[in-house]
Amino acid sequence: MQNIVQYKNVYKSFGDTRALSDISFNIHKNEIFGLIGPDGAGKSTLMRILATLYIPDRGEVFLKNLNVEEKYQKVRELIGYMPGEFSLYPDLTVEENLNFFASIFDTTIEENYELIRDLYSHIEKFRNRKAGQLSGGMQQKLALSCALVHRPQLLILDEPNTGVDAVSRDELWKMLYKLKDQGFTVLISTPYMDEAEKCDRIALMQNGQHMAVDTPEQIVNQFGENLNQIDSSNLYRTLNELRNHNMVKRAYLFGQNIHMIPKQGEFEWQEVKKSLENKGLFSIKCKKIQPDIEDCFIKLMEA
Amino acid sequence: MSDQIVIKVNDLVKKFGDFVANDKISFTVRKGEIFGFLGPNGAGKTTAIKILAGLLAPTSGHVEVAGYDVANHSESIKKEIGYMSQKFTLYNDLTVYENIRFYGGIYGLSNQEIENKAEYYLAELNLQNDRNRLVGKLPLGWRQKLAFTISILHEPSIVFLDEPTSGVDPITRRQFWEMIYKTAAQDITVFVTTHYMDESEYCETVCILVDGKIKSIGAPEDLKKKYDSEDMDEVFLKLVRDKEAYEV
Repeated sequence: MQNIVQYKNVYKSFGDTRALSDISFNIHKNEIFGLIGPDGAGKSTLMRILATLYIPDRGEVFLKNLNVEEKYQKVRELIGYMPGEFSLYPDLTVEENLNFFASIFDTTIEENYELIRDLYSHIEKFRNRKAGQLSGGMQQKLALSCALVHRPQLLILDEPNTGVDAVSRDELWKMLYKLKDQGFTVLISTPYMDEAEKCDRIALMQNGQHMAVDTPEQIVNQFGENLNQIDSSNLYRTLNELRNHNMVKRAYLFGQNIHMIPKQGEFEWQEVKKSLENKGLFSIKCKKIQPDIEDCFIKLMEA
Repeated sequence: MSDQIVIKVNDLVKKFGDFVANDKISFTVRKGEIFGFLGPNGAGKTTAIKILAGLLAPTSGHVEVAGYDVANHSESIKKEIGYMSQKFTLYNDLTVYENIRFYGGIYGLSNQEIENKAEYYLAELNLQNDRNRLVGKLPLGWRQKLAFTISILHEPSIVFLDEPTSGVDPITRRQFWEMIYKTAAQDITVFVTTHYMDESEYCETVCILVDGKIKSIGAPEDLKKKYDSEDMDEVFLKLVRDKEAYEV
């Protein structure tokens, strides 16, 4: 597997806040790599270093074997960066924004039209509307077009889906798969754990560190605990009773169910069930299930 | 949860110019209920919440919150509700304790009440050792839990939470929901919006707004049956997709 990006022992602090602590991992060519973690995990800082906007305190970052700190001008031609905040010019029209981004990279919309056609065709009819007056979904499509118009090799998308509804999120993923098919590499960050499974490989991040870097499947395979799904019509009370039970190691809400990990050894569901019934909680069901990324994230956070 | 109705919305319409943000919406919310208000961006959720909170006047329709008509009692309503907006509303350059003290004062609590509440909630939030820390220095999840606590300091009948868990880690997100359950168990109605579909499963009633209209309303169990879906994510996608080709 050919690496396109290498982070080597990267540290970054802002005042007395440590944003990144000894980060090392590689991104392979033509994969969708996800940085998964809550706000404050260090995702944006990692991206901004790669985008040549921050200099790390220690460590090095390479893009196609170019040190991003030394060769920042060359690196900027190779990347398309879409920051978390909408950062196009709101008082320029759709077309003016796109022309602007094309011209600073010495190209034209026509030259790379094939590349952005899928995206741009959705917003082309609004080409004379000011960017600030587009809806959120259309702004996102325009921002992505602007990041692509100079034909970069790596797309860096900082939380493109935060605060975006489930339907628009789904659409963005479809576009990213298309770009992958065309040979692009994508680095994307998200606080939504369910998006992790859509990436080829992910880094689970928390407090400036990565807790795991691997394919989603491998991370799930390494969960290594007996995970059970509990069905109850009274989630909150059942949760509290489970936590008080001496056979239960951990219990937490999970959508319409509770996820429960028993203590090692002598777990007997029938016994737990009986004690729930003694508390007036009936027809509670339990079944063994496979964890997903969110279960893994919770486990790694508590480790 | 009792049968007492605390929010009654009847044919609510809100227009901005010729744009219809809320198009004849009607629903009721009971005392102590966890009511989830979902919908894609731009569906009109924040507009409706602002009307319920007495911050915006409806164009037409009848809206009653905690027994008051929003059209002429918006000031009385403000005493009956708590509101935690999408944007963080605590003072970053005040300490944890100073924020509690400040908002307690605004809500008209006595010094003794503020002291008691501060002690109780600092223990509850496990922030006793951080009481003198600046709020701006706290991790996001802690700030969100503090902001929620402060929004119910005056024991309102209803608390409105607008995307309270956006960007919060999975453990803190769950702790936040456990706080919601506890609050509802004290008969405070929780009116909450979220983009996390797993969280909509925690609500007793879910109302899905699309293009300013109510597309569907009911218990998550019933909605899943009705739309033949595995989970609320699927319900949501079906309802929103079906509306038209969206913007694509």
